Amino acid sequence: MKHEHADCKEIFALLSEYLDAELDPASCSEIEKHLKDCQPCIEFLNSLKRTVRLCGSCAPPDQPAPLTPAQKDQLLQAYRRSMAARKG
Amino acid sequence: MATSEIQLARDLLTGKPEAFDRFVEVFRTKIFQYTLMMCGHHEDAEEVAQDTLLKVFENIDQLREPERVRAWVFRIARNACYMKRRKSVFAPSQELSLEEFLPAPDHSGERRKLEIADWSALPEDEYLRGELRRVIREAISELPDIYRSVILLRDMEELTTEEAAQALEVSQEVVKTRLHRARLAIRQKLDDYLRHIQAGKAAENLGE
Repeated sequence: MKHEHADCKEIFALLSEYLDAELDPASCSEIEKHLKDCQPCIEFLNSLKRTVRLCGSCAPPDQPAPLTPAQKDQLLQAYRRSMAARKG
Repeated sequence: MATSEIQLARDLLTGKPEAFDRFVEVFRTKIFQYTLMMCGHHEDAEEVAQDTLLKVFENIDQLREPERVRAWVFRIARNACYMKRRKSVFAPSQELSLEEFLPAPDHSGERRKLEIADWSALPEDEYLRGELRRVIREAISELPDIYRSVILLRDMEELTTEEAAQALEVSQEVVKTRLHRARLAIRQKLDDYLRHIQAGKAAENLGE
């Protein structure tokens, strides 16, 4: 079966939703039917999958400086005020 | 994960001892990493993280549904980032189109061949893995704001589509569309990088 430009283009727009399992069953089977016979789209999908996985592990190595006593106190006071208002 | 963060929010709202310290410990780093990727500067990110936490605690009584804590915290963080940069959340942002990430077809016109790098050979080496992460962070920081926010929340912080939509105050459909374009842009940058190192290796082999 020959793949037309339009087929690849159509599924191209849905690949993230497909990877995230957020597509309806009908669109899923359309994509799976297309993928069975389209090696370039399979490779593209795999590269997108790797990208998503890599993005998940790319949080910056930087850590914030430890909270100073003054900063912590500022937050704690705000928390206590809110809780007091909540009870009141 | 999400469940423990929700429990943490419940504990905070019921005033359980130690909930405050644990909440700060868990959320401060998350908020800092998000704001660092949004603002680009370490000092700004620390300041915005503190502003965010302060707003969170000042308004904690308004968190009616602890299940929404992640979306709620990141909405405050995102607004704090915009405040810091004196930029409106409604400022127009550059749009990315789907077309620009569609791999080029081959020249025959007969069959669509997607020209992409060889992803089966992703570097296993720890140094190169670090390099890949650096390339990704750089690519994320180059994305227009509206796409950067989405990919950070969905793929780095692992918020659900619903949570990201609440955090960014857009529909779930908009989150999905922007996420896909952001991922395609990052994939393209990685693809360019892989081609670059693969071309380098091929040249090395020829020279041997």
